[in-house]
Amino acid sequence: MSHTGKTTASRPHWTEFFVESLIRVLGFSTIGFVLLIFVFLLREGLPIFFEVAPGNLFGALWYPTFNLYGTLPLILGSALVTVMAIAIALPLGVATAVFVREVAPHWTRELLKPMIEVLAGIPSVVLGFFGMILVAPIVREFLGVPTGLTAFSGALLLAYMALPTIISVAEDALDAVPKSYRDAGLAMGATQWQTIWRIVVPAARSGIVTAVMLGMGRAIGETMAVMMVTGNAGRMPLSLDSLFRPVRTMTATIAAEMGEVARDSTHYHALFGIGVILFILTFLINLAAATSIFKKRRKGGLR
Amino acid sequence: MNRFVVQRLGFALLSLTALAVVVPILLVIAVIVARGGGAISWEFLTAMPHGGMKEGGIFPAIVGTLVLTLGTALAAIPVGVGGAIYLAEYARDNWLTRSIRLAIINLAGIPSVVYGLFGLGLFVLFLQFGTSLLAGALTLAIMTLPIIISTAEEALRAVPTEFRTIIASLGGTRWQGIRRVVLPQAFPGIITGIILGLLRAAGETAPILFTVAAFFLPRLPHSPFDQTMALPYHLYVISTQVPGMPFSIQYGTALVLLVLVLSMNVLATITRSYFRRRRQW
Repeated sequence: MSHTGKTTASRPHWTEFFVESLIRVLGFSTIGFVLLIFVFLLREGLPIFFEVAPGNLFGALWYPTFNLYGTLPLILGSALVTVMAIAIALPLGVATAVFVREVAPHWTRELLKPMIEVLAGIPSVVLGFFGMILVAPIVREFLGVPTGLTAFSGALLLAYMALPTIISVAEDALDAVPKSYRDAGLAMGATQWQTIWRIVVPAARSGIVTAVMLGMGRAIGETMAVMMVTGNAGRMPLSLDSLFRPVRTMTATIAAEMGEVARDSTHYHALFGIGVILFILTFLINLAAATSIFKKRRKGGLR
Repeated sequence: MNRFVVQRLGFALLSLTALAVVVPILLVIAVIVARGGGAISWEFLTAMPHGGMKEGGIFPAIVGTLVLTLGTALAAIPVGVGGAIYLAEYARDNWLTRSIRLAIINLAGIPSVVYGLFGLGLFVLFLQFGTSLLAGALTLAIMTLPIIISTAEEALRAVPTEFRTIIASLGGTRWQGIRRVVLPQAFPGIITGIILGLLRAAGETAPILFTVAAFFLPRLPHSPFDQTMALPYHLYVISTQVPGMPFSIQYGTALVLLVLVLSMNVLATITRSYFRRRRQW
Protein backbone atom coordinates (compact mmCIF):
# COMPACT_ATOMS: atom_id res chain seq x y z
CA MET A 1 0.00 0.00 0.00
CA SER A 2 1.21 3.46 -0.73
CA HIS A 3 1.77 6.02 2.00
CA THR A 4 2.37 8.92 -0.30
CA GLY A 5 -1.29 9.33 -1.14
CA LYS A 6 -0.65 8.75 -4.81
CA THR A 7 -3.02 6.59 -6.83
CA THR A 8 -2.63 2.96 -7.85
CA ALA A 9 0.42 3.78 -9.92
CA SER A 10 2.64 3.41 -6.90
CA ARG A 11 1.37 0.04 -5.78
CA PRO A 12 4.06 -2.32 -4.53
CA HIS A 13 6.41 -2.76 -7.40
CA TRP A 14 6.92 -6.46 -7.00
CA THR A 15 3.43 -7.61 -8.15
CA GLU A 16 4.00 -5.81 -11.38
CA PHE A 17 7.49 -7.23 -11.67
CA PHE A 18 6.18 -10.71 -10.95
CA VAL A 19 3.36 -10.52 -13.51
CA GLU A 20 5.58 -9.11 -16.23
CA SER A 21 8.24 -11.78 -15.64
CA LEU A 22 5.56 -14.45 -15.81
CA ILE A 23 4.29 -13.05 -19.11
CA ARG A 24 7.81 -13.07 -20.47
CA VAL A 25 8.25 -16.70 -19.48
CA LEU A 26 4.93 -17.62 -21.09
CA GLY A 27 5.97 -15.74 -24.21
CA PHE A 28 9.13 -17.78 -24.53
CA SER A 29 7.40 -21.03 -23.59
CA THR A 30 6.46 -21.89 -27.19
CA ILE A 31 10.13 -22.19 -28.11
CA GLY A 32 10.54 -24.50 -25.13
CA PHE A 33 7.62 -26.65 -26.26
CA VAL A 34 9.01 -27.11 -29.77
CA LEU A 35 12.38 -28.12 -28.31
CA LEU A 36 10.71 -30.40 -25.77
CA ILE A 37 8.75 -32.16 -28.51
CA PHE A 38 11.87 -32.64 -30.61
CA VAL A 39 13.92 -33.90 -27.66
CA PHE A 40 11.33 -36.45 -26.62
CA LEU A 41 10.83 -37.71 -30.16
CA LEU A 42 14.58 -38.13 -30.47
CA ARG A 43 14.87 -39.77 -27.07
CA GLU A 44 12.48 -42.53 -28.06
CA GLY A 45 13.20 -42.60 -31.79
CA LEU A 46 16.96 -42.25 -32.10
CA PRO A 47 17.75 -45.82 -30.90
CA ILE A 48 16.20 -47.23 -34.08
CA PHE A 49 19.11 -45.87 -36.09
CA PHE A 50 21.46 -48.02 -34.01
CA GLU A 51 19.26 -51.08 -33.79
CA VAL A 52 18.49 -51.50 -37.46
CA ALA A 53 20.87 -51.24 -40.40
CA PRO A 54 20.31 -48.22 -42.67
CA GLY A 55 19.74 -50.53 -45.64
CA ASN A 56 16.82 -52.09 -43.83
CA LEU A 57 15.54 -48.76 -42.50
CA PHE A 58 15.25 -47.21 -45.93
CA GLY A 59 14.32 -50.43 -47.66
CA ALA A 60 11.12 -51.24 -49.46
CA LEU A 61 9.55 -53.61 -46.94
CA TRP A 62 7.74 -52.63 -43.77
CA TYR A 63 7.03 -55.88 -41.92
CA PRO A 64 7.88 -55.22 -38.25
CA THR A 65 7.00 -58.80 -37.27
CA PHE A 66 9.85 -59.99 -39.51
CA ASN A 67 12.20 -57.26 -38.37
CA LEU A 68 11.82 -55.42 -41.64
CA TYR A 69 11.56 -51.69 -41.03
CA GLY A 70 11.71 -50.24 -44.53
CA THR A 71 10.14 -46.78 -44.32
CA LEU A 72 10.34 -46.10 -48.04
CA PRO A 73 6.83 -47.35 -48.92
CA LEU A 74 5.40 -45.25 -46.08
CA ILE A 75 7.28 -42.12 -47.12
CA LEU A 76 6.25 -42.61 -50.75
CA GLY A 77 2.70 -43.36 -49.63
CA SER A 78 2.54 -40.07 -47.75
CA ALA A 79 4.11 -38.27 -50.71
CA LEU A 80 1.67 -39.76 -53.21
CA VAL A 81 -1.41 -38.90 -51.16
CA THR A 82 -0.14 -35.41 -50.35
CA VAL A 83 0.85 -34.49 -53.90
CA MET A 84 -2.46 -35.75 -55.24
CA ALA A 85 -4.37 -33.87 -52.56
CA ILE A 86 -2.59 -30.63 -53.44
CA ALA A 87 -3.19 -31.25 -57.15
CA ILE A 88 -6.91 -31.25 -56.35
CA ALA A 89 -6.91 -28.54 -53.70
CA LEU A 90 -4.68 -25.98 -55.43
CA PRO A 91 -6.92 -25.11 -58.41
CA LEU A 92 -10.05 -25.45 -56.28
CA GLY A 93 -8.63 -23.34 -53.47
CA VAL A 94 -7.17 -20.56 -55.59
CA ALA A 95 -10.30 -20.33 -57.73
CA THR A 96 -12.46 -20.13 -54.60
CA ALA A 97 -10.19 -17.50 -53.05
CA VAL A 98 -10.37 -15.45 -56.25
CA PHE A 99 -14.13 -15.88 -56.35
CA VAL A 100 -14.56 -14.83 -52.72
CA ARG A 101 -12.16 -11.89 -52.87
CA GLU A 102 -12.65 -10.54 -56.38
CA VAL A 103 -15.95 -11.63 -57.87
CA ALA A 104 -18.58 -12.71 -55.38
CA PRO A 105 -21.24 -10.23 -54.28
CA HIS A 106 -21.21 -9.30 -50.61
CA TRP A 107 -23.93 -11.71 -49.51
CA THR A 108 -22.29 -14.69 -51.19
CA ARG A 109 -19.02 -13.86 -49.48
CA GLU A 110 -20.74 -13.64 -46.10
CA LEU A 111 -22.25 -17.06 -46.78
CA LEU A 112 -19.11 -18.75 -48.12
CA LYS A 113 -16.65 -17.72 -45.42
CA PRO A 114 -18.48 -19.31 -42.48
CA MET A 115 -19.04 -22.45 -44.58
CA ILE A 116 -15.32 -22.77 -45.16
CA GLU A 117 -14.73 -22.23 -41.46
CA VAL A 118 -17.19 -25.03 -40.73
CA LEU A 119 -15.16 -27.29 -43.01
CA ALA A 120 -12.04 -26.42 -41.05
CA GLY A 121 -13.85 -27.38 -37.87
CA ILE A 122 -15.20 -30.79 -38.88
CA PRO A 123 -13.13 -33.36 -36.95
CA SER A 124 -10.93 -35.48 -39.15
CA VAL A 125 -12.40 -38.66 -37.72
CA VAL A 126 -15.88 -37.56 -38.87
CA LEU A 127 -14.58 -36.90 -42.38
CA GLY A 128 -12.81 -40.25 -42.29
CA PHE A 129 -16.01 -41.96 -41.26
CA PHE A 130 -17.92 -40.22 -44.04
CA GLY A 131 -15.19 -41.11 -46.52
CA MET A 132 -15.18 -44.73 -45.47
CA ILE A 133 -18.90 -45.17 -45.64
CA LEU A 134 -19.80 -42.99 -48.65
CA VAL A 135 -16.80 -41.80 -50.65
CA ALA A 136 -14.99 -45.15 -50.84
CA PRO A 137 -17.98 -47.08 -52.27
CA ILE A 138 -18.53 -44.35 -54.86
CA VAL A 139 -14.85 -44.47 -55.85
CA ARG A 140 -15.08 -48.25 -56.13
CA GLU A 141 -18.20 -48.18 -58.30
CA PHE A 142 -17.04 -45.30 -60.41
CA LEU A 143 -13.57 -46.62 -61.18
CA GLY A 144 -14.38 -50.31 -61.10
CA VAL A 145 -11.55 -51.10 -58.67
CA PRO A 146 -11.73 -53.95 -56.15
CA THR A 147 -11.75 -51.66 -53.12
CA GLY A 148 -12.66 -48.03 -52.66
CA LEU A 149 -10.10 -47.64 -49.89
CA THR A 150 -7.42 -46.17 -52.14
CA ALA A 151 -4.79 -43.45 -52.23
CA PHE A 152 -7.20 -41.46 -54.37
CA SER A 153 -10.00 -41.55 -51.79
CA GLY A 154 -7.52 -40.38 -49.19
CA ALA A 155 -6.26 -37.60 -51.43
CA LEU A 156 -9.81 -36.46 -52.08
CA LEU A 157 -10.55 -36.12 -48.36
CA LEU A 158 -7.17 -34.52 -47.69
CA ALA A 159 -7.79 -31.98 -50.43
CA TYR A 160 -10.92 -30.81 -48.63
CA MET A 161 -9.08 -30.74 -45.31
CA ALA A 162 -6.33 -28.59 -46.82
CA LEU A 163 -8.81 -26.27 -48.56
CA PRO A 164 -9.66 -23.98 -45.61
CA THR A 165 -5.94 -23.26 -45.07
CA ILE A 166 -5.25 -22.69 -48.76
CA ILE A 167 -8.32 -20.52 -49.28
CA SER A 168 -7.76 -18.26 -46.30
CA VAL A 169 -4.03 -17.71 -46.89
CA ALA A 170 -4.54 -17.17 -50.63
CA GLU A 171 -7.34 -14.75 -49.86
CA ASP A 172 -5.06 -12.75 -47.55
CA ALA A 173 -2.49 -12.66 -50.34
CA LEU A 174 -5.04 -11.33 -52.84
CA ASP A 175 -6.21 -8.85 -50.23
CA ALA A 176 -2.70 -7.46 -49.93
CA VAL A 177 -2.53 -6.54 -53.63
CA PRO A 178 -3.06 -2.76 -53.76
CA LYS A 179 -6.29 -1.54 -55.26
CA SER A 180 -4.24 0.66 -57.61
CA TYR A 181 -3.06 -2.48 -59.46
CA ARG A 182 -6.65 -3.38 -60.23
CA ASP A 183 -7.53 0.19 -61.18
CA ALA A 184 -4.56 0.35 -63.52
CA GLY A 185 -5.59 -2.87 -65.21
CA LEU A 186 -9.15 -1.73 -65.70
CA ALA A 187 -8.05 1.73 -66.86
CA MET A 188 -5.93 0.10 -69.56
CA GLY A 189 -9.12 -1.39 -70.94
CA ALA A 190 -8.69 -4.91 -69.59
CA THR A 191 -11.77 -6.72 -68.41
CA GLN A 192 -12.04 -7.61 -64.75
CA TRP A 193 -11.32 -11.24 -65.69
CA GLN A 194 -8.11 -10.28 -67.48
CA THR A 195 -7.06 -8.02 -64.62
CA ILE A 196 -7.54 -10.81 -62.10
CA TRP A 197 -5.49 -13.45 -63.91
CA ARG A 198 -2.82 -11.26 -65.49
CA ILE A 199 -2.23 -8.72 -62.73
CA VAL A 200 -3.77 -9.56 -59.36
CA VAL A 201 -3.03 -13.28 -59.12
CA PRO A 202 0.57 -12.94 -60.41
CA ALA A 203 1.12 -10.13 -57.90
CA ALA A 204 -0.14 -12.41 -55.13
CA ARG A 205 1.95 -15.31 -56.39
CA SER A 206 4.30 -15.77 -53.45
CA GLY A 207 1.43 -15.60 -50.97
CA ILE A 208 -0.30 -18.32 -52.94
CA VAL A 209 2.87 -20.41 -52.79
CA THR A 210 2.84 -19.97 -49.02
CA ALA A 211 -0.80 -21.08 -48.99
CA VAL A 212 0.07 -24.23 -50.88
CA MET A 213 2.98 -25.02 -48.58
CA LEU A 214 0.87 -24.63 -45.46
CA GLY A 215 -1.82 -26.78 -47.08
CA MET A 216 0.80 -29.37 -47.86
CA GLY A 217 2.03 -29.38 -44.28
CA ARG A 218 -1.54 -29.93 -43.16
CA ALA A 219 -2.06 -32.77 -45.65
CA ILE A 220 1.13 -34.65 -44.87
CA GLY A 221 0.41 -34.66 -41.14
CA GLU A 222 -3.25 -35.61 -41.33
CA THR A 223 -3.85 -38.92 -39.62
CA MET A 224 -7.32 -40.23 -38.86
CA ALA A 225 -9.12 -39.58 -42.12
CA VAL A 226 -6.18 -40.95 -44.09
CA MET A 227 -5.92 -44.03 -41.94
CA MET A 228 -9.62 -44.76 -42.34
CA VAL A 229 -9.86 -44.44 -46.13
CA THR A 230 -6.53 -45.38 -47.71
CA GLY A 231 -6.68 -49.09 -46.98
CA ASN A 232 -3.28 -49.15 -45.25
CA ALA A 233 -1.45 -51.59 -47.47
CA GLY A 234 2.28 -51.09 -47.00
CA ARG A 235 3.40 -51.60 -50.57
CA MET A 236 5.58 -49.43 -52.77
CA PRO A 237 3.35 -47.08 -54.76
CA LEU A 238 5.44 -47.17 -57.90
CA SER A 239 3.21 -48.25 -60.75
CA LEU A 240 0.83 -45.88 -62.48
CA ASP A 241 -2.28 -47.44 -61.02
CA SER A 242 -1.06 -47.19 -57.42
CA LEU A 243 -3.23 -44.11 -57.05
CA PHE A 244 -6.24 -46.40 -57.24
CA ARG A 245 -4.89 -49.00 -54.87
CA PRO A 246 -4.57 -49.07 -51.10
CA VAL A 247 -1.61 -47.20 -49.76
CA ARG A 248 -0.14 -46.61 -46.33
CA THR A 249 1.12 -43.30 -44.98
CA MET A 250 3.60 -42.52 -42.22
CA THR A 251 0.96 -40.98 -39.96
CA ALA A 252 -1.43 -43.91 -40.35
CA THR A 253 1.35 -46.37 -39.56
CA ILE A 254 2.12 -44.65 -36.25
CA ALA A 255 -1.53 -44.35 -35.28
CA ALA A 256 -2.41 -47.92 -36.22
CA GLU A 257 0.58 -49.70 -34.69
CA MET A 258 1.58 -47.70 -31.63
CA GLY A 259 -1.21 -49.18 -29.52
CA GLU A 260 0.11 -52.70 -29.97
CA VAL A 261 3.85 -52.39 -29.45
CA ALA A 262 5.81 -53.00 -26.27
CA ARG A 263 7.68 -50.05 -24.86
CA ASP A 264 11.35 -49.90 -25.87
CA SER A 265 10.97 -52.64 -28.49
CA THR A 266 12.58 -52.08 -31.86
CA HIS A 267 9.13 -51.58 -33.38
CA TYR A 268 8.37 -48.90 -30.76
CA HIS A 269 11.60 -47.06 -31.58
CA ALA A 270 10.83 -47.39 -35.29
CA LEU A 271 7.44 -45.70 -34.89
CA PHE A 272 9.06 -42.83 -32.98
CA GLY A 273 11.68 -42.73 -35.75
CA ILE A 274 8.87 -42.12 -38.26
CA GLY A 275 7.64 -39.41 -35.88
CA VAL A 276 11.08 -37.78 -36.06
CA ILE A 277 10.97 -37.86 -39.87
CA LEU A 278 7.47 -36.33 -39.86
CA PHE A 279 8.53 -33.63 -37.40
CA ILE A 280 11.55 -32.65 -39.48
CA LEU A 281 9.55 -32.73 -42.71
CA THR A 282 6.75 -30.50 -41.43
CA PHE A 283 9.33 -28.27 -39.72
CA LEU A 284 11.07 -27.68 -43.04
CA ILE A 285 7.82 -27.07 -44.92
CA ASN A 286 6.63 -24.58 -42.31
CA LEU A 287 10.05 -22.95 -42.11
CA ALA A 288 9.91 -22.33 -45.84
CA ALA A 289 6.37 -20.96 -45.57
CA ALA A 290 7.31 -18.83 -42.57
CA THR A 291 10.38 -17.24 -44.12
CA SER A 292 8.33 -16.14 -47.10
CA ILE A 293 5.76 -14.66 -44.72
CA PHE A 294 8.44 -12.83 -42.73
CA LYS A 295 10.13 -11.50 -45.85
CA LYS A 296 6.88 -10.15 -47.21
CA ARG A 297 5.90 -8.64 -43.91
CA ARG A 298 9.07 -6.60 -43.86
CA LYS A 299 8.43 -5.40 -47.39
CA GLY A 300 4.94 -4.46 -46.26
CA GLY A 301 1.95 -6.61 -46.96
CA LEU A 302 1.65 -10.30 -47.64
CA ARG A 303 2.29 -10.41 -51.32
CA MET B 1 -14.52 -14.97 -78.74
CA ASN B 2 -15.47 -11.64 -77.26
CA ARG B 3 -13.49 -11.00 -74.09
CA PHE B 4 -16.63 -10.05 -72.20
CA VAL B 5 -18.09 -13.42 -73.07
CA VAL B 6 -14.89 -14.98 -71.78
CA GLN B 7 -15.33 -13.03 -68.57
CA ARG B 8 -18.91 -14.22 -68.16
CA LEU B 9 -17.90 -17.82 -68.72
CA GLY B 10 -14.95 -17.41 -66.39
CA PHE B 11 -17.05 -16.00 -63.57
CA ALA B 12 -19.58 -18.79 -64.05
CA LEU B 13 -16.74 -21.30 -63.78
CA LEU B 14 -15.48 -19.64 -60.59
CA SER B 15 -18.88 -19.84 -58.96
CA LEU B 16 -19.02 -23.50 -59.94
CA THR B 17 -15.70 -24.18 -58.19
CA ALA B 18 -16.96 -22.37 -55.11
CA LEU B 19 -20.00 -24.65 -55.25
CA ALA B 20 -17.69 -27.66 -55.58
CA VAL B 21 -16.09 -26.58 -52.32
CA VAL B 22 -19.30 -25.86 -50.44
CA VAL B 23 -21.65 -28.61 -51.62
CA PRO B 24 -19.63 -31.53 -50.19
CA ILE B 25 -19.49 -29.74 -46.81
CA LEU B 26 -23.28 -29.40 -46.79
CA LEU B 27 -23.56 -32.98 -47.98
CA VAL B 28 -21.44 -34.32 -45.12
CA ILE B 29 -23.51 -32.43 -42.58
CA ALA B 30 -26.84 -33.29 -44.21
CA VAL B 31 -26.10 -37.01 -44.52
CA ILE B 32 -24.87 -37.31 -40.95
CA VAL B 33 -27.85 -35.38 -39.60
CA ALA B 34 -30.34 -37.37 -41.69
CA ARG B 35 -28.95 -40.79 -40.88
CA GLY B 36 -27.80 -40.12 -37.34
CA GLY B 37 -30.86 -38.22 -36.17
CA GLY B 38 -32.86 -41.40 -35.72
CA ALA B 39 -30.33 -42.90 -33.35
CA ILE B 40 -30.40 -39.98 -30.97
CA SER B 41 -32.46 -40.60 -27.90
CA TRP B 42 -32.18 -39.71 -24.25
CA GLU B 43 -31.10 -43.26 -23.61
CA PHE B 44 -28.41 -43.18 -26.36
CA LEU B 45 -26.92 -40.04 -24.89
CA THR B 46 -27.06 -40.88 -21.21
CA ALA B 47 -26.55 -44.63 -20.96
CA MET B 48 -23.32 -46.53 -20.56
CA PRO B 49 -22.32 -48.46 -23.68
CA HIS B 50 -23.86 -51.94 -23.62
CA GLY B 51 -24.40 -55.00 -25.80
CA GLY B 52 -20.78 -54.92 -26.98
CA MET B 53 -21.26 -51.19 -27.75
CA LYS B 54 -23.70 -52.22 -30.49
CA GLU B 55 -26.74 -50.97 -28.68
CA GLY B 56 -25.41 -47.51 -28.09
CA GLY B 57 -24.93 -45.62 -24.92
CA ILE B 58 -22.22 -43.02 -25.41
CA PHE B 59 -22.48 -41.21 -22.09
CA PRO B 60 -18.90 -41.86 -20.91
CA ALA B 61 -17.55 -40.75 -24.30
CA ILE B 62 -19.48 -37.47 -24.13
CA VAL B 63 -18.42 -36.81 -20.55
CA GLY B 64 -14.85 -37.83 -21.39
CA THR B 65 -14.62 -35.37 -24.25
CA LEU B 66 -16.14 -32.57 -22.16
CA VAL B 67 -13.77 -33.19 -19.23
CA LEU B 68 -10.81 -33.49 -21.58
CA THR B 69 -11.72 -30.21 -23.25
CA LEU B 70 -12.11 -28.54 -19.87
CA GLY B 71 -8.69 -29.82 -18.81
CA THR B 72 -7.21 -28.56 -22.06
CA ALA B 73 -8.77 -25.15 -21.40
CA LEU B 74 -7.33 -24.98 -17.87
CA ALA B 75 -3.83 -25.66 -19.15
CA ALA B 76 -3.92 -23.80 -22.46
CA ILE B 77 -5.71 -20.55 -21.58
CA PRO B 78 -3.20 -19.06 -19.12
CA VAL B 79 -0.19 -20.02 -21.23
CA GLY B 80 -1.84 -19.01 -24.51
CA VAL B 81 -3.18 -15.65 -23.33
CA GLY B 82 0.06 -14.89 -21.48
CA GLY B 83 2.05 -15.68 -24.60
CA ALA B 84 -0.23 -13.47 -26.67
CA ILE B 85 0.14 -10.58 -24.20
CA TYR B 86 3.89 -10.92 -24.41
CA LEU B 87 3.90 -10.88 -28.21
CA ALA B 88 1.41 -8.04 -28.56
CA GLU B 89 2.53 -5.79 -25.71
CA TYR B 90 6.11 -6.54 -24.70
CA ALA B 91 8.01 -8.19 -27.55
CA ARG B 92 10.39 -6.07 -29.59
CA ASP B 93 11.16 -6.84 -33.18
CA ASN B 94 14.32 -8.87 -32.72
CA TRP B 95 15.59 -12.36 -33.43
CA LEU B 96 14.12 -13.71 -30.21
CA THR B 97 10.63 -12.60 -31.15
CA ARG B 98 11.08 -14.00 -34.61
CA SER B 99 12.10 -17.34 -33.09
CA ILE B 100 8.95 -17.30 -30.98
CA ARG B 101 6.84 -16.68 -34.08
CA LEU B 102 8.66 -19.44 -35.89
CA ALA B 103 8.03 -21.77 -32.95
CA ILE B 104 4.31 -20.93 -33.06
CA ILE B 105 4.10 -21.59 -36.79
CA ASN B 106 5.86 -24.91 -36.27
CA LEU B 107 3.69 -25.91 -33.33
CA ALA B 108 0.70 -25.27 -35.58
CA GLY B 109 2.21 -27.48 -38.26
CA ILE B 110 3.26 -30.50 -36.20
CA PRO B 111 1.09 -33.49 -37.20
CA SER B 112 -1.51 -34.42 -34.60
CA VAL B 113 -0.20 -37.97 -34.35
CA VAL B 114 3.26 -36.62 -33.56
CA TYR B 115 1.69 -34.73 -30.66
CA GLY B 116 0.37 -38.11 -29.60
CA LEU B 117 3.87 -39.61 -29.67
CA PHE B 118 5.23 -36.66 -27.73
CA GLY B 119 2.50 -36.93 -25.11
CA LEU B 120 3.24 -40.62 -24.77
CA GLY B 121 6.97 -40.01 -24.43
CA LEU B 122 6.82 -37.08 -22.02
CA PHE B 123 3.60 -37.22 -20.00
CA VAL B 124 2.64 -40.88 -20.02
CA LEU B 125 6.07 -42.48 -19.70
CA PHE B 126 8.72 -39.98 -18.58
CA LEU B 127 6.60 -38.08 -16.05
CA GLN B 128 4.70 -41.29 -15.27
CA PHE B 129 1.21 -39.80 -15.46
CA GLY B 130 0.17 -43.04 -17.14
CA THR B 131 -2.56 -43.15 -19.76
CA SER B 132 -4.63 -40.47 -18.11
CA LEU B 133 -6.82 -37.40 -18.47
CA LEU B 134 -3.89 -35.32 -17.29
CA ALA B 135 -1.56 -36.62 -20.01
CA GLY B 136 -4.24 -36.23 -22.71
CA ALA B 137 -5.29 -32.73 -21.65
CA LEU B 138 -1.69 -31.46 -21.49
CA THR B 139 -0.94 -32.92 -24.93
CA LEU B 140 -4.04 -31.30 -26.40
CA ALA B 141 -3.22 -28.03 -24.62
CA ILE B 142 0.16 -27.70 -26.32
CA MET B 143 -1.51 -28.50 -29.63
CA THR B 144 -4.10 -25.72 -29.18
CA LEU B 145 -1.58 -23.09 -28.03
CA PRO B 146 -0.71 -21.72 -31.48
CA ILE B 147 -4.39 -21.15 -32.32
CA ILE B 148 -5.09 -19.37 -29.03
CA ILE B 149 -1.90 -17.29 -29.15
CA SER B 150 -2.29 -16.05 -32.72
CA THR B 151 -6.00 -15.21 -32.39
CA ALA B 152 -5.52 -13.52 -29.00
CA GLU B 153 -2.53 -11.57 -30.24
CA GLU B 154 -4.55 -10.29 -33.16
CA ALA B 155 -7.33 -9.20 -30.78
CA LEU B 156 -4.83 -7.39 -28.53
CA ARG B 157 -3.18 -5.66 -31.47
CA ALA B 158 -6.55 -4.45 -32.70
CA VAL B 159 -6.81 -2.24 -29.59
CA PRO B 160 -5.50 1.17 -30.69
CA THR B 161 -2.14 2.34 -29.33
CA GLU B 162 -3.76 5.57 -28.09
CA PHE B 163 -5.49 3.60 -25.33
CA ARG B 164 -2.11 2.62 -23.94
CA THR B 165 -0.64 6.06 -24.41
CA ILE B 166 -3.53 7.61 -22.49
CA ILE B 167 -3.10 5.22 -19.56
CA ALA B 168 0.60 6.06 -19.51
CA SER B 169 -0.15 9.78 -19.58
CA LEU B 170 -2.46 9.34 -16.60
CA GLY B 171 0.44 7.84 -14.66
CA GLY B 172 -0.53 4.19 -15.12
CA THR B 173 2.07 1.53 -15.62
CA ARG B 174 2.18 -0.70 -18.64
CA TRP B 175 0.66 -3.67 -16.82
CA GLN B 176 -2.16 -1.50 -15.41
CA GLY B 177 -2.95 -0.37 -18.93
CA ILE B 178 -3.05 -3.94 -20.13
CA ARG B 179 -5.13 -5.22 -17.25
CA ARG B 180 -7.64 -2.40 -17.00
CA VAL B 181 -8.03 -1.33 -20.61
CA VAL B 182 -6.41 -3.48 -23.27
CA LEU B 183 -7.49 -6.91 -22.00
CA PRO B 184 -11.14 -5.95 -21.40
CA GLN B 185 -11.30 -4.38 -24.87
CA ALA B 186 -9.76 -7.44 -26.50
CA PHE B 187 -11.72 -9.88 -24.35
CA PRO B 188 -14.33 -11.09 -26.90
CA GLY B 189 -11.59 -11.56 -29.49
CA ILE B 190 -9.55 -13.60 -27.05
CA ILE B 191 -12.59 -15.71 -26.19
CA THR B 192 -13.07 -16.37 -29.91
CA GLY B 193 -9.51 -17.67 -30.14
CA ILE B 194 -9.96 -19.86 -27.08
CA ILE B 195 -13.14 -21.41 -28.48
CA LEU B 196 -11.48 -22.04 -31.85
CA GLY B 197 -8.58 -23.77 -30.13
CA LEU B 198 -10.78 -25.88 -27.87
CA LEU B 199 -13.00 -26.87 -30.78
CA ARG B 200 -9.96 -28.33 -32.45
CA ALA B 201 -8.99 -30.15 -29.25
CA ALA B 202 -12.48 -31.58 -28.76
CA GLY B 203 -12.51 -33.14 -32.21
CA GLU B 204 -8.98 -34.52 -32.33
CA THR B 205 -8.33 -38.24 -32.16
CA ALA B 206 -4.67 -38.84 -32.90
CA PRO B 207 -3.21 -36.93 -29.90
CA ILE B 208 -5.38 -38.85 -27.44
CA LEU B 209 -4.87 -42.30 -29.00
CA PHE B 210 -1.90 -43.19 -26.79
CA THR B 211 -2.32 -40.65 -24.01
CA VAL B 212 -5.82 -41.03 -22.59
CA ALA B 213 -8.41 -42.70 -24.79
CA ALA B 214 -9.94 -45.98 -23.64
CA PHE B 215 -11.40 -48.47 -26.10
CA PHE B 216 -14.23 -49.47 -23.81
CA LEU B 217 -14.64 -48.16 -20.27
CA PRO B 218 -18.23 -48.00 -19.09
CA ARG B 219 -17.70 -45.66 -16.18
CA LEU B 220 -16.89 -42.03 -15.66
CA PRO B 221 -13.39 -40.83 -14.78
CA HIS B 222 -12.88 -40.04 -11.09
CA SER B 223 -9.45 -38.45 -11.04
CA PRO B 224 -7.02 -36.76 -13.43
CA PHE B 225 -5.09 -40.02 -13.50
CA ASP B 226 -8.00 -42.02 -14.90
CA GLN B 227 -8.40 -43.09 -18.50
CA THR B 228 -11.58 -42.13 -20.25
CA MET B 229 -13.54 -42.79 -23.40
CA ALA B 230 -13.77 -39.87 -25.81
CA LEU B 231 -16.18 -39.16 -28.67
CA PRO B 232 -13.71 -38.92 -31.57
CA TYR B 233 -11.87 -42.07 -30.56
CA HIS B 234 -15.16 -43.85 -29.90
CA LEU B 235 -16.32 -42.99 -33.41
CA TYR B 236 -13.06 -44.39 -34.78
CA VAL B 237 -13.45 -47.55 -32.71
CA ILE B 238 -17.03 -48.28 -33.65
CA SER B 239 -16.50 -47.55 -37.33
CA THR B 240 -13.31 -49.54 -37.84
CA GLN B 241 -12.59 -51.86 -34.93
CA VAL B 242 -15.92 -53.47 -34.11
CA PRO B 243 -17.38 -55.69 -36.82
CA GLY B 244 -21.13 -55.74 -37.30
CA MET B 245 -21.70 -52.32 -35.78
CA PRO B 246 -25.14 -50.93 -36.72
CA PHE B 247 -24.82 -47.89 -39.01
CA SER B 248 -27.33 -45.94 -36.97
CA ILE B 249 -25.08 -46.06 -33.91
CA GLN B 250 -22.08 -44.92 -35.96
CA TYR B 251 -23.99 -42.07 -37.57
CA GLY B 252 -25.52 -41.14 -34.24
CA THR B 253 -22.08 -40.87 -32.63
CA ALA B 254 -20.75 -38.87 -35.57
CA LEU B 255 -23.76 -36.56 -35.26
CA VAL B 256 -23.19 -35.90 -31.56
CA LEU B 257 -19.53 -35.08 -32.20
CA LEU B 258 -20.45 -32.88 -35.14
CA VAL B 259 -23.09 -30.99 -33.14
CA LEU B 260 -20.64 -30.44 -30.29
CA VAL B 261 -17.95 -29.06 -32.59
CA LEU B 262 -20.26 -27.03 -34.82
CA SER B 263 -21.99 -25.41 -31.87
CA MET B 264 -18.57 -24.27 -30.64
CA ASN B 265 -17.98 -22.96 -34.14
CA VAL B 266 -21.21 -20.97 -34.04
CA LEU B 267 -20.28 -19.67 -30.59
CA ALA B 268 -16.93 -18.46 -31.95
CA THR B 269 -18.66 -16.71 -34.84
CA ILE B 270 -21.05 -14.99 -32.42
CA THR B 271 -18.32 -13.76 -30.08
CA ARG B 272 -16.33 -12.49 -33.04
CA SER B 273 -19.19 -10.51 -34.53
CA TYR B 274 -20.00 -9.23 -31.04
CA PHE B 275 -16.37 -8.13 -30.78
CA ARG B 276 -16.61 -6.27 -34.08
CA ARG B 277 -19.87 -4.58 -33.21
CA ARG B 278 -18.92 -3.61 -29.68
CA ARG B 279 -15.64 -2.10 -30.74
CA GLN B 280 -15.62 1.53 -29.70
CA TRP B 281 -12.85 2.76 -31.92
